[in-house]
Amino acid sequence: MELQIDDSVLVKNYVGGDEKALEALINRHNQKITSFIYSKVLDRDITEDIFQDTFIKVIKTLKRGSYSEEGKFLPWVMRIAHNLIIDHFRKNKRMPKFEGSEDFNIFSVIRDDKLNVEKQMIKDQIDSDLSILIEELPDDQREVLIMRIYKDMSFKEIAENTGVSINTALGRMRYALINLRKIVQRNNIVLTN
Amino acid sequence: MEEIYSEAEIPRTCKIAKARPETISFLLAFSKSYEVATYKNLKFDRTLN
Repeated sequence: MELQIDDSVLVKNYVGGDEKALEALINRHNQKITSFIYSKVLDRDITEDIFQDTFIKVIKTLKRGSYSEEGKFLPWVMRIAHNLIIDHFRKNKRMPKFEGSEDFNIFSVIRDDKLNVEKQMIKDQIDSDLSILIEELPDDQREVLIMRIYKDMSFKEIAENTGVSINTALGRMRYALINLRKIVQRNNIVLTN
Repeated sequence: MEEIYSEAEIPRTCKIAKARPETISFLLAFSKSYEVATYKNLKFDRTLN
């Protein structure tokens, strides 16, 4: 009859520097722990990850000398695995995953609304050209246009800030746009994206 | 003779699983490389390449 060394002895040997003892412990409990994790997560790769993280915790705890549950090695490892399984589900709840099927892929429906690099460069160039054109406007019109377009202020706020009536502010904005168009046409500038 | 064995599939939750040998090799290598250095009352983790 083969004599099996007790877990507590293997743990003691491992803490004492015997790396073979860890191999014996892992191989002895591999199936129980892996099956336990798999029964909860039902995914082979996630099982593998959790198994690995479990034993990394075991190794760190044992090497730091923080382990004190002699004789109860397996329940202790199972508890670590159990906590990591809970962490896994919590993490997935925060970041729900949606995996498409063969018939439907979410990425063919939704798209990134950001501009691609080329379009972004064109937009930046237009913005920069426009800011030069705005400098050409008379002061009162430029002031209203900057407040409205760049500072996103309402005409009521613009009127209060510039000390004119709302109608005057509206009129200045109108003339600012007319004059901008004139400058663009006069100089044959193309502002399109 | 009547078929007496159940043809029902084993439930997925009962699947017997074992960690892959690669995972175990990784853990053993990690264990060999991992050290805890103690200085006064402080403990430092150290992973040797």
